[in-house]
Amino acid sequence: MSTFSKEHNDYLKKEKIYKIKVHLTQILVIIGLFITWQILANKNIINTFLYSSPKLIIETIISLFKQNILFSHILITLYEVLLSFIIASSIAFIVSTMLWWNKFLSKVFAPFLTVINSLPKVALGPLIIIWAGANMNSIIIMSLLISVFITIINLYESFISTNKNYIILLKSLGATKKDIFQKVIIKSNTSNIISALKINLSMNFIGVVMGELLVSKKGLGYLIMYASSIFNINLIITAIIILGLLSVFLYSIFSYIEKNYFKK
Amino acid sequence: MKKILLEINNLKKNYHNKKNEIEAIDNLNFSVYENEILAIVGPSGCGKSTLLSILSNQDKPSSGKIIKNKELSIGYMLQSDSLFPWLTVKENALLPMEIKKQKTEENIKNVMNLFKKYGLQDFISMYPNNLSGGMRQRVALIRTLSFNPNLLLLDEPYSALDYQTRLALSNDLYNIIKQEGKTAILITHDIAEAISLADRVIVLSKRPCTVKNIYDIKLENKTNPIDNRKDPKFYYYYDLIWRDLDVHI
Repeated sequence: MSTFSKEHNDYLKKEKIYKIKVHLTQILVIIGLFITWQILANKNIINTFLYSSPKLIIETIISLFKQNILFSHILITLYEVLLSFIIASSIAFIVSTMLWWNKFLSKVFAPFLTVINSLPKVALGPLIIIWAGANMNSIIIMSLLISVFITIINLYESFISTNKNYIILLKSLGATKKDIFQKVIIKSNTSNIISALKINLSMNFIGVVMGELLVSKKGLGYLIMYASSIFNINLIITAIIILGLLSVFLYSIFSYIEKNYFKK
Repeated sequence: MKKILLEINNLKKNYHNKKNEIEAIDNLNFSVYENEILAIVGPSGCGKSTLLSILSNQDKPSSGKIIKNKELSIGYMLQSDSLFPWLTVKENALLPMEIKKQKTEENIKNVMNLFKKYGLQDFISMYPNNLSGGMRQRVALIRTLSFNPNLLLLDEPYSALDYQTRLALSNDLYNIIKQEGKTAILITHDIAEAISLADRVIVLSKRPCTVKNIYDIKLENKTNPIDNRKDPKFYYYYDLIWRDLDVHI
């Protein structure tokens, strides 16, 4: 394959080295932060009772693991996120398709969507708990409320911003609305749909944790609530870090699927 | 008597918005004969695109009649090539059949023959983004021809391309239309393009548009669009049409 000139190979090498440099620096920044944090803790410049330390966090993780509750909390949160992601994506897809299909519907409901979307959903928390009960249903509903409207708006916006020429072309061939939807709207918006789903996923994540903070007996949000009630800062920060890792994990699964299945 | 493919009778089209009513087309009459290339020129904003959307069934006239020959089937070629980037060249060309549910072995074979005839057979499994602008337009033309329409509706074809490519492509277009025995309506704002390609040129008036003049282009030695531009009579028609258009800035 190396039919490239030396100049081109040098260029490729340079690009690669640059990329590695960026990644390396990113890792160094994280390690640097943790090391500084630990040094400050060791020298008693910060109070580890209030601000914890990397060493204490690792100890907390190990103790959670030994008590056999580390993964059960992670899994329950993950389960809630994925469940609400699937429900929210399906609802959003169906509703945005209907809005695209019927201009009257979209005219009627567009302002409602905008208003509901800008409403701070956490304010509905008490109502949700009263209506749906202090259980996982409330968490899922909270997550759906937070994610579904913005996803509907994102999908609908991308559907209606489809290249008009593609639609004119199909119409001139006598295409039905279904043809246009299947052959143009969906296909030309794959990358928009994926990015809408990405946003949906992070919204679900936010929603689930918010729901768990309000009402739950398990999950990482619950762990944070529980830890704050017994003033265990180590546990709070540990749970937050695990949440961060979890969202990186989910995001990278998504990027992997995007990269391998929707390349064009 | 030449066979009439399409006849437009007293066509009228008004547009409505909140503030007022816009007369786009008023009392438009002309016919399209089989195997001719008919160019339509007019001042910008005169209602050419309205006429196109009516002819291509995107819009309905306010009044008047469009009498279509029983055998008429229209292939509409847009200003931009509008090739779908997510489909290969071949898939793009087969799209019309898929929509029209005419994807038969025979029709696919015809399209493959067109690819071969016009030198694109090596590119059929490529994606449009890997093709030059000129080649993309050729693919778009093959897509338009794929379901074997007898009338081609060409909306300012190639207007997005550079001048040299356009000239070369207009030769190409002319040859393909004549070889395949098609009739074509060419909508353009380029007087030279109209005269060099067409058998007849219709000049439209300002809005509301009606037919201002119809010219039979009778060059002394009609060959191909590029050489036609050197014909002694070329500037005679150019001048006439230029006067008709009455351009003021």
